[in-house]
This record gives sequence, structure tokens and C-alpha cells, in this order.
Amino acid sequence: MDKSFAVRRRRDLLIAAVLAVLAGLAPLFVKDVYVQNILILTLMYAALSQSWNILSGYCGQISLGHALYFGIGAYTTELLFTKFGVLPWFGMLGGGVLAAIIAMALGYPFFRLRGHYFVIATIVIAEIGLLLFQNWDWAGAALGITIPVRGDSWLKFQFMRSKLPYFYFALALCCLAWFVTWWLEDSKWGFWWRAVKDNPDAAESLGVVVFNSKMGAAAVSAFLVAIGGAFYAQYLAYIDPESVMGFQFSLLMALPAVLGGIGTLWGPVLGAAILIPMTELTRSYIGGSGRGVDLIVYGALIVLISLALPQGLVSLFSRAKAKNHVKGATR
Amino acid sequence: MTAQAIIQSLASGLLMGLLYGLIAVGLALIFGLMDVVNFAHGEFLMIAMYATFFLFAFFAIDPLLSAPLVAAALFVFGAVVYLLIVRFAMRAKANAGMVQIFSTFGLAIVMRGLAQFFFTPDYRSIPQSWLGGKTVSVAGIFLPEPQLIGALVSIAAFAGLYFFINRTDFGRALEATREDPGAVALVGIDKNRVFALGWGLGAALVGLAGAIMAVFFYIYPDVGASFALIAYVTVALGGFGSVFGAFAGGIIVGLVEAVTALVLPPSLKSVGIYAVYLLVVFIRPRGLFGSM
Amino acid sequence: MTALLETRGVWQRFGGLVANSDVSILVGRGEIVGLIGPNGAGKSTLFNLIAGVLPPTQGSIWFDGEDVTRMPAAERCQRGVGRTFQVVKSFETMTVIDNVIVGALVRTTVMREARRKAHEVLEFTGLAARADVLASDLVPAEKRRLEVARALATEPKLLLLDEVLTGLTPTEAQTGVALVRKVRDAGITVLMVEHVMEIVMPLVDRAIVLDLGKVLVEGKPADVVRDPKVISAYLGDRHAVSA
Repeated sequence: MDKSFAVRRRRDLLIAAVLAVLAGLAPLFVKDVYVQNILILTLMYAALSQSWNILSGYCGQISLGHALYFGIGAYTTELLFTKFGVLPWFGMLGGGVLAAIIAMALGYPFFRLRGHYFVIATIVIAEIGLLLFQNWDWAGAALGITIPVRGDSWLKFQFMRSKLPYFYFALALCCLAWFVTWWLEDSKWGFWWRAVKDNPDAAESLGVVVFNSKMGAAAVSAFLVAIGGAFYAQYLAYIDPESVMGFQFSLLMALPAVLGGIGTLWGPVLGAAILIPMTELTRSYIGGSGRGVDLIVYGALIVLISLALPQGLVSLFSRAKAKNHVKGATR
Repeated sequence: MTAQAIIQSLASGLLMGLLYGLIAVGLALIFGLMDVVNFAHGEFLMIAMYATFFLFAFFAIDPLLSAPLVAAALFVFGAVVYLLIVRFAMRAKANAGMVQIFSTFGLAIVMRGLAQFFFTPDYRSIPQSWLGGKTVSVAGIFLPEPQLIGALVSIAAFAGLYFFINRTDFGRALEATREDPGAVALVGIDKNRVFALGWGLGAALVGLAGAIMAVFFYIYPDVGASFALIAYVTVALGGFGSVFGAFAGGIIVGLVEAVTALVLPPSLKSVGIYAVYLLVVFIRPRGLFGSM
Repeated sequence: MTALLETRGVWQRFGGLVANSDVSILVGRGEIVGLIGPNGAGKSTLFNLIAGVLPPTQGSIWFDGEDVTRMPAAERCQRGVGRTFQVVKSFETMTVIDNVIVGALVRTTVMREARRKAHEVLEFTGLAARADVLASDLVPAEKRRLEVARALATEPKLLLLDEVLTGLTPTEAQTGVALVRKVRDAGITVLMVEHVMEIVMPLVDRAIVLDLGKVLVEGKPADVVRDPKVISAYLGDRHAVSA
């Protein structure tokens, strides 16, 4: 029993390593800038969704306000860079830490709320953040911030001629978020989170400090999402409140995990790998000819998958496995 | 800032608040009945506004007359949404909350897409209706007629709803089902039928609100999104599921919005509503009128 | 010898309702104590006060020589109070072994150690064969046993059992009784709430009968069942149930 568990963990790690190497080789074959852009976004959303999944999937605190942390990562990086000349790498780290602190500060009142009250509070706080940034003149208000071009440099994390450095950073971020999840999944924290999600009263009776568990999940989740926001800002070289803190980001972080399998190790990656290319392709191929068709396809897919596969696409794999298991048992 | 200006803005806030209550009450009704939050509620409002617009544009039916028609159409639509989507979402054994959120959210996106496809993203408005642009002046306070009539319709709708829930068989079936869905099956009430009618009724109420909103708001595919969040806040303030909590919640939201607009720049007027929501749930985690 | 658990003049009021009035009980080390009484006697309330779900309105609770009156449940678990729930609260999306690991993690943060401990407890409680099954797939009697296993994994000094034997078939109940004895033989003190006297009386060393929120009688099971006050409290209750 113990062995099969350890085997599964090692197998997951091996699959992830193989996938990461394969993804790393992708640029050898993909020269098209448009496709490269899709790959970068897919990796980024996979990383974001993986991070969102820590709080909302494993710990069960459904947040539809993670755009706030994404935006904080983006704004911290760019404000420090354009106003004080701080290198984006430090800004990125600072943004992550700031987001984690804000997530924990918000956690104090928020984690007393249950169910829909909590979900709505997360939406509302992100909207407040958005409105404040839209009216904050020093931070560029609604016009946003254009990141000055200083030429290709890893130091300034800025590349004009090629998208590849961004690609590799997004890949690294995705691997990081996956690895953090993998690592935490088999730790005290991972077990505490799942216990809190399933039954907080029972968890408390077994010595789990429910409140601290939620705080830990929120901090890790917000930190990683803010790193993603900092990356996105550098990648776009331009930010404004709507384009880094809009509600659609909260949604786009949640959807891959929901489609792939919420609270699972592979769900977010799988969901992002399907959802993001599909979103981009429908937007550019169908979106142009008939406005709104991309939304129709996209929305219908969300309805169908959430109704037909409430545990996400990964449940297809585990279902197949369960079948084999039954066969093996009867044999 | 004169007293006159303050009274003026409170009066407009009150009228708008009554309308917010009417927009939100369908959401509260459905939640109270079956613990489901309809994340496509804003889009229900949006199609009601379009329906009103097209009835006006093609058949020259004034919104005041078309309101009952729109409400009836939305009733059918709401019942169909329940039967085609929500009924199945309720059967989910795993991740039930998530399935409810995202199945209705997906529906919202589809509806926005359909609106863009068929109606284009252009902003529309109803230029010349009976009420549009007219105001009434009472003791030096100007009240726009559409909002005034809207507020009266809202009060009438809540009164009707009160009568309906307390005095009719269906209303009683609705109450019984929300209290114990298992037990009503034993006395021969078809749960699905009650739920479908509940969704119909909830949609009809937001339909009524949409018809009035169409008189003085721009109509475009994303219009629902801005009102949806206000509706959720309204319902949550009132205590999820409490129909009359939604009425009070709406009035509070309208007044808070008006007051915020007096002290903060107009672009920040929603901040007041959101801040009040957070404040209220931090003090009372189940809303103002929710049972603790 | 000091008692392991002591409640001193505990009161609990809910609005106008008095659920516990001036309850003082002692549970000694190594005992199996039955907390019994008719419906509405205040057993569950007292149980929750001891487990730390809520603090009493008045009075104090002492565990292992320490005042724990205001200590939250999680911290009491760390001190050595384990409990089960009357309405089972399994972690439904987790496997049986993972359910138990959550409990084991109070004593260690090393996963290998927690998993070893969990396996040991599953062997002890007879659930080893079901280790990799989802908790939601267990039959009710197994869920009850999982509750006990989870609590045992926290290495409690005192195990609080809330109606773990109620609603089981006679065979299942016998297995349950054997398990409780085994737990005590492992050196763990047991305080069990039961509604049905017949099941617990042969098992417990001492019985405390609650009625209308007060301690009615306390003593050896054989004496308690013959006590006229207990008989009338229960008869009244039975009468009410059959009516």
C-alpha cells in the first residue's frame, strides 16, 4: 500500500519532468509568433490556475477575486521599475510578498464567512481594488503604465526581438507552481487543507487549526499568482487596471482547474492545455467572422463539462483506472 | 452642499434602491427555494432589456405595456433554464457548489455571446417612451418618472409576492419545498415542478425590472454584468434567500450608492456599496436579515 | 490520584434554555465511563463542552491537571482529547488511510511516520483492508469505526465516543464493544455517551446518568440500572417516545 502510494508520487514527478522537457523543446518546432504567444499564455494560465487551486481546490475556499493578487504583482513590479528603477526581479518578489501579506490580512475577516458570502466577498474586494487603481493618479489611473523599452536584457527581464525568454520563464513558473502543489500535497499542509475542505468541524477535533490552514493556503496561492501578474506585465510591456485586475482574470484562473479537475494535481495543467488554446483559437478564427461565437462555444463547453464531469477531465483517467482495478480484482 | 442637494440625492437613491430590490428579488427567491445562486442573473436582466427594446422598435409597444409580456417571456425562459441545466446541476454528487456556480456562469457567457451575435455589441436605447426623460417635481425635488414608476412597480411586485407566497397554494408549496424538499414529495408535490415554477417566477421578476430599466439605461450585451454584482450584494446584505431581505437590501444599496456619489468621485460610487457589504458581513456573517 | 477529566459546576444556557445545570463529574485514568440519559438530558451538550466546541456559560473544565475551559478544540486535541461525532463527519473525498493520517499529523509532521501510525491504527480497528477506499464508499458501521480510528491516531489520553454503538446491528455492536475494550486495554481512558442503556452497561466501569441537564445518579452500572430515579427517568422518556 505504502509502496503503491510512493510509486504514484514518483510517477507523477517523472511524468511532469518528461512533459516539462517536451514543452522546453517545443520552440525548436514552433517558429510562428502567434502560436508561441498561445503557448506562453497557456503555460501562464496553467501556473495561475495551479496556484488558485491551492486555496480554492485543495482548501475549498472558492475565490473569484484572485485578479486582485495578479494585479498587485503587476503593479508592484511596474511601479517600482518605472518610479524607482527597481529591477523587475525584485519587484516580482516584492509583489509576491505583498500579495501574500494582503491575502492574509484579508483572511482575518474573510475566513469567517461561509459559502456564497465568501465567494461574493472575494469578487467585491477585487472590484474595489480595480476601482481604486482606476482612480489612483500616481499609478497612472485608468490610462495605466507603459513600461519603457530599454532593449533586450535578462537583467531587466525585457525582450523585444524574441518571445522565447518569456516562454521559458512561463514554463519555469508553471513547473514551480506544479512542484509546489506536488510537494505540499503530501505534507501536513496538504492533508490539513483537504480536511478543512471536507469537514472543518471534524478537522478541528483532530487538532487541525482551521484558520491557520486557510491562511497558509491563501498566502502561498496569492504569492504565486502575483509572480504570474509580474510576468504578464513584463510580457505585455503595458498595464492598466482592467488589463491586469479585471474580473476575467479571476475567471480564467478558476476555469482551467474546474474543467481539468478541481483540487487535483493535474487538473489545472490539463484544463489550461485545452481551454486556453481553444479560447485563443476561437477568438481569432471564429471571433472575427461572427462576433460572440467564441463566447458561445466557450460558455457551452463550461456548462457541458461542469454538468457531465463534475470532477473534471482528470476523472476520465481515474475512472479508466478504477475499471481496470475492478477487472483485476475479479480475474 | 445644500440640504436640498442631499435630499435630492437621497430621494433618487431610494428610487434606484427599490429597483435594485426588484432586480435582486428573483435571485433571493431562487436561492431560498433551493440554495442555488444563479450566476446568469445579470444576463436574465439583459435579455429582458433587449426584449423590451425590440418590442418597442418593431411593434412600437411602449415599455410600460410590454413589461407584463416581457415578464411572461422571462417566466418561460427561467423555467426552461431550470429544466435544461439547473436540474442536472443539482444532481452532481461531487463538487456540488462548484458545479452550480460554473454551470450558470457558463450559461451567462453563452447568453452574452448570443446577444453579441444576434444584436451586435452596439449600445441601444429606447429614445421616446411615455416616461423617458420626464421628471416630476415635488417640493423642489426632481424625480425622474421612469425611476418613480419603477419604484412603484417594485413596491407593487413585492406586495404581490407577499400575497402570493402567503395566500396561494403554489406559494405554500414553494414555502414547503424550501423548508423540506424530501417531505413535500411524500405529500404528492412534484419537487421539479415547484423548482421550475420558482425559477420562472424569479426570472419573471427580473424581467419586470428589465423592462423598466430599458427606458433609461443603455442596452448592450454586457449590461447584466454591472447589475449582477449589485444584485448579489443586495441579496447577501438581506441574508441569502430572504425575499424581503432583498427589498431592504435594495433600499440600503440605493441609498449608500447615492451617499457615496455625494462624497466620492462618481467613478467610485460602487466602492461605497462594496464597502458596506464587507462591513455588514464582517459583523453579521449571514447578512442583515439572515438567520444566524 | 488526580482525575484525568473534571468538570466543576458547569452550566450551559442557550437563550432561555438550560442544557446543563451545575454539572460536576470526574473521570479517572484508565476508566470506561458511560454518560447516559434520556433524550434531551444534556448529554450531547456536556460532551461538546468537554470536546471544546464551545465554552460553558459558567463553571470550569479541567483536563490532565490543566484548566481547559476556554481552550479551542484543536488545542485540546493536542493535549490528548480525541472525539467522535454522533452524526459521522468523515472526510468524504479522502481515502480511509488519508482520513486517519490527518489525525496522526498532530503528533508528527514527518509523513512517513504519520502514514505508519495510520496503518497501525487501521490494523487495530480492523479497517486495514479498506485503507485505500474513499470514505464516502464505506458502509455506516465502517464510518463509525473510521471516526474512532481517526481519533485514536491523535494518540489521545481521553477518548470521547458519541453514540458510536447506536444504530448498529447486534453483531456490529458486539465488534464495537470489543473495540472499546481494546482501546481501554491500550491505556486510553474512555468517556462514552449512549442513549440505550442495554448496550453500554455491561461495558462501562461506571455510569453517570444525566436528566434534565443535571447529574441524576452516578455509580456502578449494576446499581444504576436498579435505581428507581433512573428507571422513572427512562420510563418517562420511553413513554414519550412511544406516544
